[in-house]
Amino acid sequence: MSYIPADELRKEAESLINEIDFTSLKPKDRLKIPMQEMPAQEPKARAKNIQEVALGYFEEQVKLEAERCLQCKNAPCIKGCPVAIDIPGFIKAAAEGDYQKSVNIIKQSSMLPAICGRVCPQETQCMAECTVGKSLKDLDKSVAIGRIERFVADWERAKGKMSVPEIAPPTGKKVGIVGSGPAGLTAAADVRKAGHEVVLFEAFHKLGGVMIYGIPEFRLPKEILDKEIDNLLSMGVQIKKNFLVGRTRKVKDLIEKDGFDALFIGTGAGLPNFMNIEGENLVGVSSANEFLTRANLMKAYNPDKADTPIFTGKRTAVIGGGNVAMDAARMALRVGAEEVYVIYRRTEKEMPARREEVAHAKEEGIIFNFLSSPVRIIGDETGKVKAVECLRYELGEPDDSGRRKPVAVKGSEFILEMDSVIMALGNSSNPLISQTAPEIGINRWGNITVDEDGKTSMERVYAGGDIVLGAATVILAMGEGRRAAASINRLLAEE
Amino acid sequence: MSKILDKKLLSRDVVQMKLLAPEIASERQAGQFIIVQVDSDFSERIPLTIADADAEEGSITIIFQIVGKSTLKLAQKNVGDHVENLLGPLGKPTHIEKAGTVVCVGGGIGVAPLHPIAQAMKKAGNRVITIIGARNKDLLILEDEMRAIADELIVCTDDGSYGRKCLVTEPLREICEKGGVDLAVAIGPAIMMKFCAETTRPFGVLTYASLNTIMVDGTGMCGGCRVTVGNETKFVCVDGPEFDAHLVDFDNMMLRLRSYKPQEQDANHECRLQAAIDELQR
Repeated sequence: MSYIPADELRKEAESLINEIDFTSLKPKDRLKIPMQEMPAQEPKARAKNIQEVALGYFEEQVKLEAERCLQCKNAPCIKGCPVAIDIPGFIKAAAEGDYQKSVNIIKQSSMLPAICGRVCPQETQCMAECTVGKSLKDLDKSVAIGRIERFVADWERAKGKMSVPEIAPPTGKKVGIVGSGPAGLTAAADVRKAGHEVVLFEAFHKLGGVMIYGIPEFRLPKEILDKEIDNLLSMGVQIKKNFLVGRTRKVKDLIEKDGFDALFIGTGAGLPNFMNIEGENLVGVSSANEFLTRANLMKAYNPDKADTPIFTGKRTAVIGGGNVAMDAARMALRVGAEEVYVIYRRTEKEMPARREEVAHAKEEGIIFNFLSSPVRIIGDETGKVKAVECLRYELGEPDDSGRRKPVAVKGSEFILEMDSVIMALGNSSNPLISQTAPEIGINRWGNITVDEDGKTSMERVYAGGDIVLGAATVILAMGEGRRAAASINRLLAEE
Repeated sequence: MSKILDKKLLSRDVVQMKLLAPEIASERQAGQFIIVQVDSDFSERIPLTIADADAEEGSITIIFQIVGKSTLKLAQKNVGDHVENLLGPLGKPTHIEKAGTVVCVGGGIGVAPLHPIAQAMKKAGNRVITIIGARNKDLLILEDEMRAIADELIVCTDDGSYGRKCLVTEPLREICEKGGVDLAVAIGPAIMMKFCAETTRPFGVLTYASLNTIMVDGTGMCGGCRVTVGNETKFVCVDGPEFDAHLVDFDNMMLRLRSYKPQEQDANHECRLQAAIDELQR
């Protein structure tokens, strides 16, 4: 991928759309339509601002992209989607220009289309199953499902009136949802649709979980997040912010004293991993969670207004290779770092981050140090980070995960001068619920264990999302929320 | 939203505030703290200990020192105003048991979180000796409240303007030398807790310190509050705030507490802060 100015993309799409006769397209004609690239801000400019990087398709591009879909009868893409959106259905409506119908089809399965259209790892889910990508022998050329989803969701939001799903008559039952991240929000919507009273508990002062504290403004604008959440809540969900279940009120008391008929726990992973290497607690070392929370939720990217400080070192190292590492690295650039290095112990191929995010990071000037990993962090005489000592790695045999295992090269130590280090090594499960609710069983990693219905070992208590899966993605968490909500609705319907 | 029910200046830069927070008031236990954020958009989230609570009234009392922009913003709020966000109670409650004789040592603003702990220790049937100290008489807080709880109360000031002219570690050492101390709890500036730990160490007296590190969320998520305890990294918000003081790496903790000093000084030049505090006195 290389940067193409938005104007050019538009012109290309306009001329192409005039050449094609859409009334008589055969599958092989559809395969010939080029995949539409996403217009984006110019890399140098965007690396210094906080506005969204990807600008969204032009209408001509949506038409072209949607017409690439073969409308396969067996719809393999749906199987790749954790919430089973009717993908061919919404794409067909988009191709016909009926955007309202298109977004309504998505909303039968997902209440957060503008979010999913932006942050879902489509290339490993729906797009990985797409017949177009398979026929072209390049999964990067599958139908850009998420970009079409984003377009129709943005179209509806811009229109100013978002549709709200129908809600069944009141049942008199009350369900508590713990955590307002993607799992919790999805569960809240599905439980509410069934006519139950829903109370949503959030520890932070804003809703959205990882979507508000973790994912940066330049990838998911907060305004869009807020609007999408507001729309969901207009179904009549009660909100209790600044409420930490486990501490403000125990799980047991919510069930036994406060009359909740069921609870869904979607508290996320949320305990940052560190490497346990020398120098990790020096001044200037932070977890990606801390760095991103300061930047996103506390708006530290706006130093004129925000009270929360953030490190703005000149040379920043980000350790890790996932989406969070990309977000942290790109944010570091935006809050003042002059050079940002991503240090990852495998190669680019094994990086778990989305390819698009890696490409965007590279365009913005992030420097990648593959096949290397820190062994210690070196401080100056005042205890601040001065450098990172790394070891080089090479790839050995594949391990359990199927990825080739990095093997340290003896004696290959090298030093990178840095003045801040961000650890983006994933999260472990937060111990709060297990500390305060011993009735709820956990596995040896501290994740809550659930049965196939999403039910925990405690009566009436369900769980899903990262607290069950370990760190995963927005859409997987939504899938978990849906499954547990269906079980809760079944339980309450039987009573 | 939490309404401010009462506000008092305990000293030039120490404020006591009573806030309406029924859920926190009924659940809180000794040793726990809250996160306060004056308003949702640009304010900082700051951890403050709960000095007292009244479950019936649904109120909690916080005591804080004005040290920077965020504490100043909070201090400038008045009775009847609201604080937008209050999260708590956070942290593990203090382990309260009948140990025998417990020495509770509080320095400066640290007397505030010590108060409910001393209260609970007394209630559990312990003999409670409290040592409270401050730089000078004006900075001493909660003397009467602590006197009401303690079997014995020792007051020290650095400048000798009130009580004994000494650091809190001096009477602590004397008490340990006499013997019969089963447990010590020290809360105050990191440097004071460090030296309290060094004082009790030779006597083998189990000593707890309640740590007040930098935090953002207070629920385990950010890891900013991490400290080294017995060579392991611990998170103050979920593993603490209380730890065995003999195992805490106070030097590293002090270093980390100064992490954002340069930015704070930029935002809040000392003379500006002093002028704002002067304004509050009127």
